[in-house]
Amino acid sequence: MSEYLLEMRKINKSFPGVKALQDVELQLKAGEVHALLGENGAGKSTLIKVLGGIYHAEQGEILINGHPVEINNVSDARANGISIIHQELVLVPHMTVAENIYLGREIMGTFGIDGASMRREAQKMLDRFDLGIDAGGLLGNLSIAQQQMVEIVKAISFNCKILVMDEPTSSISDREVNALFDIMRNLTKQGVGIIYISHKMSELNEVCDRVTVLRDGQYVGTRVVSETPRDELIHMMVGRELSSYYVRDHVEDTEVVLRCEHIDDAKKKKKRVNDVSFEVKRGEIVGFAGLVGAGRSETMQCIFGLTPGFTGDVILDGAKLKINSPVDAMKAGIAMVPENRKVEGLYLVQSVRFNSTIEVLHEFINNLRVNHSREEEITQEYIDKMNTKTPSQNQTVGNLSGGNQQKVMIGRWLATKPKILILDEPTRGVDVGAKVEIYGIMNELTKQGVSIIMISSELPEIINMSDRVYVMHDGRLTGCIKWQDLSQEAIMKLATEEKSA
Amino acid sequence: MRGIKQYFIDNLGIICALAGMILFLYLWPATHNTFLTQTNIFNVLRQSSTNLMLACGMTLVIILGGIDLSVGSIIAMSGVLGAATVVWGGMPEIVGILVALLSGLLFGLFNGAIIALTNIPPFIVTLASMNVAKGIAYVYSGGKPIRCMTQAWKFLGAGYVGPVPTPVITMTIVFIVAIFILNRTRTGRHIYAVGGNNTAAQFSGINTAKVKFFVYSFSGLMAGLAGITIASRLYSGTCTSGDGAEMDAIAAVVVGGTSMAGGSGRLGGTLIGVLIIGILNNGLNLMGVNSDWQYIIKGAVILLAVYVDFLRSTRKAK
Repeated sequence: MSEYLLEMRKINKSFPGVKALQDVELQLKAGEVHALLGENGAGKSTLIKVLGGIYHAEQGEILINGHPVEINNVSDARANGISIIHQELVLVPHMTVAENIYLGREIMGTFGIDGASMRREAQKMLDRFDLGIDAGGLLGNLSIAQQQMVEIVKAISFNCKILVMDEPTSSISDREVNALFDIMRNLTKQGVGIIYISHKMSELNEVCDRVTVLRDGQYVGTRVVSETPRDELIHMMVGRELSSYYVRDHVEDTEVVLRCEHIDDAKKKKKRVNDVSFEVKRGEIVGFAGLVGAGRSETMQCIFGLTPGFTGDVILDGAKLKINSPVDAMKAGIAMVPENRKVEGLYLVQSVRFNSTIEVLHEFINNLRVNHSREEEITQEYIDKMNTKTPSQNQTVGNLSGGNQQKVMIGRWLATKPKILILDEPTRGVDVGAKVEIYGIMNELTKQGVSIIMISSELPEIINMSDRVYVMHDGRLTGCIKWQDLSQEAIMKLATEEKSA
Repeated sequence: MRGIKQYFIDNLGIICALAGMILFLYLWPATHNTFLTQTNIFNVLRQSSTNLMLACGMTLVIILGGIDLSVGSIIAMSGVLGAATVVWGGMPEIVGILVALLSGLLFGLFNGAIIALTNIPPFIVTLASMNVAKGIAYVYSGGKPIRCMTQAWKFLGAGYVGPVPTPVITMTIVFIVAIFILNRTRTGRHIYAVGGNNTAAQFSGINTAKVKFFVYSFSGLMAGLAGITIASRLYSGTCTSGDGAEMDAIAAVVVGGTSMAGGSGRLGGTLIGVLIIGILNNGLNLMGVNSDWQYIIKGAVILLAVYVDFLRSTRKAK
């Protein structure tokens, strides 16, 4: 028997005009978690789609347990024990957990579908991982993380030997990530090989054994995670030396620009913001840390006018603002880049130009006239400023990579020339190269006097970029830490505590 | 010039289909002598005029991610109310026209208000108002046509300005107004934004309720205008006119390349869609095709046009 559970040799795949994969190699051992690293567009998903039978490689071979196999479609992949969990969940929210797990291969009894057996079998599988999920409950009532667990259980129920996970932690909180890692370790003990795609370098050390790096569709190398410093991996990914990962020239003791007092979404049925007061100084990056659901985004949505009827005062440059809608906030000089770019931010079917200028239409559409050259000028200005990589201004935004989508979105809000820029999870689902660029732009903005409020669930980002960090728990502020005193422990202590220290 | 070139590239599929149909009808022996005459060209345009009015409103509605099923019934209702004002109320024709327009606008405002302020799907809201408008037309007219034969009344639907039928002029004005709204105002951009991603539009500070209210009102007004035009052409307000007109409008919009998913689409495509359906109707009549068969052929052509466009756009996406 071969040393490897799965081998992909010299895989080549091209699309019209692009060589997407060129002699790519991947070797997966049974019982290991193998990370697949690379920037967006490096060819990770193409490789996975070849493995999953969605794309057909022009050259190269795939061996399972040393035997060459043909994978021409999804059912071939499944027959060979390959299961893929895609980044976007493909479950039906209106059906029960059991129905989802058995979707398309329902257990049939004498009188049609045998719901009871399905539920029993599904519950057995769920209990194997000690998930505390009821197989009879509606899937839509579960948290995203729990849904992800269901997706994994579903994948395993096909008796899979090779499990591919595409950015499974991009939308779940730290605590849930740990539960996910436990399941992964449990699976590897049973001999399953896991291919793990993630942008979060910090997760590598925690859960992965080996790592394969791709760049521009080419195989760069495979390393043992515990023996490879992070800088080397980043170098392999981006192909150049990044001067430094985080760029921040800290500021202190500038004047206060924004003061928010007793912000409270009192009128909402489900209260998420409870008497929050904070201030932001000129040129500062103020971090907001906390667990998912701590009320950080909700606080900012109050200030940005998305929560009509909130109470409390927003004082900008000494003047009290009346904020009833985002238009009021934008007029005052507050901009907010929302957390979920696909849901709350972008018009995916529209062009880069449409998306870049939607906030500043008044600058070029007046009196039934559209000043197209001005429109193109504004778009180009922020493409250049953000260093967005797009073939043209007419490119459909949905076809850009995550990092470039994020840049388009930040650029759109910069076009409103804000004094206060609120960034909600600015680097979620963004590759390393773009991340570093976004950090650089943030630092540059603060030098020009813009103040930034950054909500982030990535502690390294919070710790390295912020001048001060407010921590929230359950709708309340539990503390504020200066950059000199920042540490993961200090933040987590406040983030999980009931009362402020 | 760049705009015109781009227009041809964007709509290549349906422009070819349209050209193919025209060529076919010109070469076909039975229609060779009649099809490309001035009379028949104006005929096609007049028959298409009310559909273009509806389709302009419908394009905005569908880009917004919605649907308006009520326009066909509004045609009947506004025609009946307009004719009744003149014939039974003894009012001047212009008042009748204004009553018809106003009744259409009111229904549009009603649709818009409910869709903007509640979460009831547009399909349901306009399905309901479709029935209400139809009901009003039947109740008010007692099921019989209200005949109105004055010259002033006939002008809007059956009259001419020089050699050009009046509705062709109305349709041109409507089309230009719609183009201006969609392409040259901020509201136009906001329509694309709300249809493309409602949540994102809210986060962008766009008053999504106002945009929806406006678009459905516009669609209602267009239906009122179509209603009075048809009532004028038929010399009467009839409660059966406009039956199924909403489906022709939707078909024209979809053939014109506007996505039912919302967020994208062009009025230029809709214009071609309207012409394709108009020429199809006209051509089948000239060829003497049985009206029962016309439905089947029309359905097949619509499906084919959309399918070809779908193939083209998926190839482009790859």
